[in-house]
Amino acid sequence: MSEHDEKKLDANGSSRRKFLKNSGIAAGGVVVGGALGGLIGLNDKGGDTATKDTEPEQQDQALEYFTNRADFDLLGQATERIFPEDENGPGAIGLGVPYYIDHQLAGKWGINAKDYRQGPFFDGKHNPGGEVRLGEGQEQPNLGYQSQLKYHQVYDLGIEAIEKYSQATFNEKFTALDGEKQDEVLVALENDEVDIAGIKSSFFFNILRQSTLEGAYADPLYGGNKDMQGWKMKEYPGVQLSYTNEQVESEEFIEIKPESLHNTFFN
Amino acid sequence: MVTKLPKTDVVTIGVGWTGGIIAAEASKAGLKVVGLERGPNRGTANFSMKHDELRYAIRGELMQDLSRETLTFRHKSSQRALPMRQYGSFMLGNGVGGAGTHWNGMTDRYNPYDFEIRSKTIERYGEGKIADGLLIQDWGITYDEMEPYYTMFDKMAGISADETPLRGERSEPFPNPALIHGPELDLFKETTEKMGLDPFIIPAANNSQPYKNPDGQQIAACQMKGFCERFGCEYGAKASPNVTVVPTALKTGNFDLRPHSEVVEVLHKDGKATGVIYVDTRTGERFEQPAEIVAITSYTFNNNRLLLNSNLGTPYNPETGRGTVGKNYCYQVIVGTDGFFDDRKFNTAIGSGGLGATLDNFNADNFDHTDLDFLHGGTVIINQPGKRPIENNQVPPGTPKWGKEFKKQSLKYYNRLLNVHTYGAVMPHVNNYLDLDPTYKDVHGNPLIRMTFDYSETDRKRGHFLNNQTKKIMQEMGATHVSENESVEHYDITTYQATHNTGGVIMGADPETSAVNNYLQMWEADNVFVVGGSAYPHQSGYNATHTLAALAYRASEGIIKFSKDGGKLA
Ligand SMILES: Cc1cc2nc3c(=O)[nH]c(=O)nc-3n(C[C@H](O)[C@H](O)[C@H](O)COP(=O)(O)OP(=O)(O)OC[C@H]3O[C@@H](n4cnc5c(N)ncnc54)[C@H](O)[C@@H]3O)c2cc1C
Repeated sequence: MSEHDEKKLDANGSSRRKFLKNSGIAAGGVVVGGALGGLIGLNDKGGDTATKDTEPEQQDQALEYFTNRADFDLLGQATERIFPEDENGPGAIGLGVPYYIDHQLAGKWGINAKDYRQGPFFDGKHNPGGEVRLGEGQEQPNLGYQSQLKYHQVYDLGIEAIEKYSQATFNEKFTALDGEKQDEVLVALENDEVDIAGIKSSFFFNILRQSTLEGAYADPLYGGNKDMQGWKMKEYPGVQLSYTNEQVESEEFIEIKPESLHNTFFN
Repeated sequence: MVTKLPKTDVVTIGVGWTGGIIAAEASKAGLKVVGLERGPNRGTANFSMKHDELRYAIRGELMQDLSRETLTFRHKSSQRALPMRQYGSFMLGNGVGGAGTHWNGMTDRYNPYDFEIRSKTIERYGEGKIADGLLIQDWGITYDEMEPYYTMFDKMAGISADETPLRGERSEPFPNPALIHGPELDLFKETTEKMGLDPFIIPAANNSQPYKNPDGQQIAACQMKGFCERFGCEYGAKASPNVTVVPTALKTGNFDLRPHSEVVEVLHKDGKATGVIYVDTRTGERFEQPAEIVAITSYTFNNNRLLLNSNLGTPYNPETGRGTVGKNYCYQVIVGTDGFFDDRKFNTAIGSGGLGATLDNFNADNFDHTDLDFLHGGTVIINQPGKRPIENNQVPPGTPKWGKEFKKQSLKYYNRLLNVHTYGAVMPHVNNYLDLDPTYKDVHGNPLIRMTFDYSETDRKRGHFLNNQTKKIMQEMGATHVSENESVEHYDITTYQATHNTGGVIMGADPETSAVNNYLQMWEADNVFVVGGSAYPHQSGYNATHTLAALAYRASEGIIKFSKDGGKLA
């Protein structure tokens, strides 16, 4: 550790120093792990580098998966109904959740890269989340994802089905519906009342809900949880590298300003 | 083409907790050990970005890549098994340290009752107490014989704890004091004490203070910031193979650690293993590694699969009950109760993986089963692990799952939620077993292991009973709302419960009913040791690792003895 960094640690108050001593990491001058490298630079959070009054650039808010803006807008509005803006703070759109989902679909999750993908696949129509039709007396619950669709295809089909259902039911584009009617479409989706080739519509709904929560609460690194507002609303402190004994044992709830991976390690 | 390498004394298949312990003990004793691990090498320096719930907890960054290999599953043998295409109920380790790299650290000894479960049950209740179809058997070892090995693990890992009422006696005090804890654990302790129960802080492998173990390895102090289960520790403060037994083995100069080396076959001739075949997962090259002793330490599923794919041992036949490999597969009954507190707020994000309070009043045979229609029980736990925001969005019963009300309530209760749950035992049943899948293959074209498993009546009843206890405790703790009891009708492979899969290569005193003796030496090939939870004849009501680690110490002793004298050790 350079002198410069020592000073930074000092300037940040005593708790870090205590943590260094208590942890045994630097015991006897021997660095036990790789963590110390991570500590350097972790203390210049906020302070003089963050310029509050200029709008931070959001270069990551562009599309790397969706090609048609209409699909992306539909997705955004659906996620907003699941996690709406309210008096607590922003909803899915304000948190950047649609960008989060776009980026995930473009990556290895979108192509199910770590899933087992060998066939045979069984009767995808009733899968997953429902019984697998394997023949008389063979129905069994709880076998998990068995469809041969990849997640990006699930999203493509799901978005297409939502649009079709809105048109058929309300004679209107999903994005033109008011919130209540959009909710009706989502309820139908949740109750398996929307036709989607290859999967039950509740499965798409559950995935959409899960992705929305991920986008709200994953580290901002992934494009959602904008300005850590998801964490702030939840009073979740994000990346904290240690808690003091007093904090652990506190009878009272302690408010802690959230930190992200970027702020902690790359700022 | 297969390149034949020079012979070694011992080869371990996998370098997780069991492989790491054997590597350390055997190499300290002067044996040359080769550790073949299919995943990458890694250590504390690789975990600096670990505060990333999406990458590690949700996407399973450190876990076995299921696109290469998984298992298949069905509830009963009349059904067709389908592959587990994604993670759910458990997560499989991959890489040096195995699942020991990303475990939580709760460290439970099994109960003295467990090791002699059949004899003790009959002694107290008569043979009629054991329901038809249950394959309950003694382990061929007693708690007193296990005790020294448990203590070896305690010292190596620097287990932090104080007292453990209603568990087996310990020969030595814990090496470190219990971790400090928050008010939620006090609430649990005070409430259950008032109910006449005996709560205590769970022994944890997350060290409460800096600790140097007997091998000279330094373990740092836990920083109480969560991210343990499914994550490596960036401080080296959680005992894992990576900061203990692996460096200890390497220090001897006798340990040759080879990551990216996936074993596909155990070679054998005339009842003796001659070595293994492995593939370099990056280049695809094949090697033969000859060895005097083969230690199969690849976790329950691959311990079974490697034996079956190598035609070593006699496969269990559920029709006739003959054969042993694949028999007595067990899991755990995990049910619990959420409590929502309107008038209290907790520091939910603060904690440590192994931190919690527990009680054993409803575990093992610590309570009278005379009027109950099940055997065994489970440990009752409240954790303080540092809960993460994507995975924790519980809302009181009756709240919608999405929309305005959901958002409001899930935000409100994130810091007002406690959970009391159980790790319940599972009794072995004739219908539950592991064998090779006839259809699905791994990336090399070898059959996957097939799990046939569901709860039997005794497991369901135990589950209901334990869920009632967790609910009662949560109500007594003063929760404003409590969740409904969970279903234990059928085993659910889609929702995470615990990576505590056991059985298939079980230990015992009789070669007719067990695959390995009490040194985990195979009855049918005496230079093969099959080490892990695969050796458990049943699953107890505890976290699974301490016992398999203790058995790895016992197996190491056996391996060292065998290398000198040969022959059957028991
Ligand atoms: C998220 C999580 C939390 C947990 N928390 C707890 C806890 O709090 N308390 C507790 O008691 N237990 C816990 N466990 C369980 C614990 O991790 C395991 O019991 C323990 O690691 C098992 O040790 P093992 O040596 O049998 O297997 P592992 O530690 O998994 O090691 C097996 C190794 O073998 C390798 N391998 C497999 N097949 C091959 C092959 N063909 N060739 C080469 N290498 C191979 C694997 O890659 C792996 O590294 C947890 C597990 C998980 C996943």
